[in-house]
Amino acid sequence: MSEPVILLDGVEKTYPYFRLTNIALQLDAGQILGFVGPNGAGKSTTLRILMAMVQQDRGTVRVLGRSLPREQAAAKQDIGFVSEDMRLHGSESLAWHMRLVADLCPGWDAAYATALVGRFNLHPEQQVRALSHGERIKAALLLALARRPRLLILDEPTTGLDPVARHEVLAELMDVVQDERRAVLFSSHNTHDVEQISDQIAFIDRGRIVDTGDKETFLDRWRRLRLDVPPGVTLPAAAGVIDTSTSGRQAIVTTRAYAPGFEAGYAAAGVGIHAVERLTLEEIFVATVMHNRRERAA
Amino acid sequence: MGTTDLLISQADRRPMYLQIIEQVRRRIAVGDWPSGYELPSIRALAAGLQVSVITVKRAYLELERDGVIVTRQGRGSCVADSAGLSAGLRHAELDQHLGSAAAVGRSLGLTAEELVARLRDLVAGKDEEQR
Repeated sequence: MSEPVILLDGVEKTYPYFRLTNIALQLDAGQILGFVGPNGAGKSTTLRILMAMVQQDRGTVRVLGRSLPREQAAAKQDIGFVSEDMRLHGSESLAWHMRLVADLCPGWDAAYATALVGRFNLHPEQQVRALSHGERIKAALLLALARRPRLLILDEPTTGLDPVARHEVLAELMDVVQDERRAVLFSSHNTHDVEQISDQIAFIDRGRIVDTGDKETFLDRWRRLRLDVPPGVTLPAAAGVIDTSTSGRQAIVTTRAYAPGFEAGYAAAGVGIHAVERLTLEEIFVATVMHNRRERAA
Repeated sequence: MGTTDLLISQADRRPMYLQIIEQVRRRIAVGDWPSGYELPSIRALAAGLQVSVITVKRAYLELERDGVIVTRQGRGSCVADSAGLSAGLRHAELDQHLGSAAAVGRSLGLTAEELVARLRDLVAGKDEEQR
């Protein structure tokens, strides 16, 4: 039982104009992993590899204790997958889809499905093609959630939802991990949602994982310092500084290796400290991506 | 859900784990949560607040480290005995009073030494004896 729910190691996949390079990811039971990246970074391709819809060129892919793509049938029985391009039948209703999934999936929870219809404010008898974009997303999520799979893999589950619907969806994801055996992986470029509910975070850019770790540590080790550099004083080097901008006496330094006592080095050099600020996950994400792109270009 | 006794503010720039700690302390300080009171489980509170499990876990760990709550393996967390707890809360209360005293002292133009001297006199009971 101690094996991670998801384990990716050294995963590579090359396309004519895009390449996933050395992808390593881990998700343990009872946790939510937020997978963050710009458009085209490789989020969807990685999720498709986890569903064996795309086969990796090399590397290890283990999901729910099964090796993919070889044991995909066994693994998929306990995975709920939702992505935007997953089509429901336009001429059929949500109720028709619910009956279909109920017949195919032994774990289907009809009472929970009915409750979700109410919470998501859906009309089961309506034809899918008459649904709004947000309603389609909620319908697809409902079909995945009501199977009560051990692993949910959701590609941009909150994109295109109004604030109330987003709130309802996040509540259901949090409800999933009340059961310590279950886990959720969701991709998003909405860093706010990720910051709110994720236990683990992975950043991807241009086909590479650029940083990963548990959310609390992530937020803890990033700081922005507003400094006053008097004439004749040089700004000393400090750990983990990835960005420094100066204007007159003012310097703004961003570090990803903050620890208690970090400021002491500046104070000792005669630099005044105006403020030490935490960063939002969005600021951290942008800083990480920009830093990595600069490093790769250099 | 609605089971939650705490509320996280999205507009509050302080980290979520600190907001949780502060609110638990407040519930205890005002007597809503007496010693022995069983706190919601980490996962239940996370679901109720819609924040990460890891965030609530961190808040509980720090509360435990400070002696505010006690966690027993497999049996959840409860408010610690009032002894250790009220001492901690009263220390915080004392700091608050001293803080206001310092502010008044500053407004009167007293130096730190003068202020400390007056406090020392008070502690020694001189003030009372003299009257």
